[in-house]
Amino acid sequence: MTHRIKNCVIDNSIDTVKLNELERHLLNDFQRDFPLSATPYADMAEQLGVTEQEVIDTLQKLTEQGVISRVGAVFRPNRVGVSTLAAMAVPAEKLNEVAQLVSDYDEVNHNYEREHDFNLWFVATAKNETHLHEVLNAIETHSGIKVLYLPLLEDYHIDLGFELKWS
Amino acid sequence: MVMSVPNIPEGILRRAGLDEQDKALVCAIQCGLPLCPRPYAELGAGIGMTETEVMQRLQRLTDDDFIKRMGVVVRHHELGYRANAMVVWDIVDAKVSELGRCMGKFEFITLCYQRPRRLPDWRYNLFSMIHGRDRDEVLRHVDFVIERCALQDIAHEVLFSQRRFKQRGARY
Repeated sequence: MTHRIKNCVIDNSIDTVKLNELERHLLNDFQRDFPLSATPYADMAEQLGVTEQEVIDTLQKLTEQGVISRVGAVFRPNRVGVSTLAAMAVPAEKLNEVAQLVSDYDEVNHNYEREHDFNLWFVATAKNETHLHEVLNAIETHSGIKVLYLPLLEDYHIDLGFELKWS
Repeated sequence: MVMSVPNIPEGILRRAGLDEQDKALVCAIQCGLPLCPRPYAELGAGIGMTETEVMQRLQRLTDDDFIKRMGVVVRHHELGYRANAMVVWDIVDAKVSELGRCMGKFEFITLCYQRPRRLPDWRYNLFSMIHGRDRDEVLRHVDFVIERCALQDIAHEVLFSQRRFKQRGARY
């Protein structure tokens, strides 16, 4: 049962984080156009009618809960370093082991299991192309499984953040 | 083999305009902005840069499109968006740009990229990431995209995510 009350319940899962009004605004209103002023948290506080300390404490709490990965910059792919999506078709009985091998690389920042013959998908980022290839080659060599190298060719998405719906 | 891939278009590797101090700033900010009253000052203190210089450089990196956006980076899963699927499409090369633009504007699509095919292993060249509260919602979004962008005859597959082994910001 989902109750529509002030402290909004997002879904019925018992482990879903429950959010209050301030938390919802901090999550939704500042995914972009974060204040580039000397005191951004004070500016956000003024906009929301709370204190600077409340903003800082709440962002800290949301970070600790894992709701926020960070307050910071999202870089456009391949403009600062080079990165690529890569995929592997890993036999089910080897998936945990290969996933761990992949995650252990500091250059890998995302690593997911997906429902497909190609069941392991990861993003690797490095300073330059040579280093990126070294990482993918090492993963291929150590796992004995072919790595599909799927670099970005064209970006069609305009990133405005993601509007969260509170129902 | 990983190295035996076709040539990558030149534009992808363009990284002009970053000096050493920009790179130091990029390194300093990638784990996030400090949660304190003067975060840009604190960030600068670690790399020998004044607060003003940090702010000016971040503004320029944003204006020059190195930074896509500045702000709160949320993790959808923890907020009840439990389902996400990478939906991959096999689109004739001449149409990929038009259809990519059509798809890239929906608010439930958070990424939409053209990537190379890897025949015979992999036939798909357009990748879109679709988030929803559950699998049904994701599938409804897929149907909506098919209808709105007229993709009825386009081969596609929906790859739901299962376990997340790792997720953090990129480190350069």
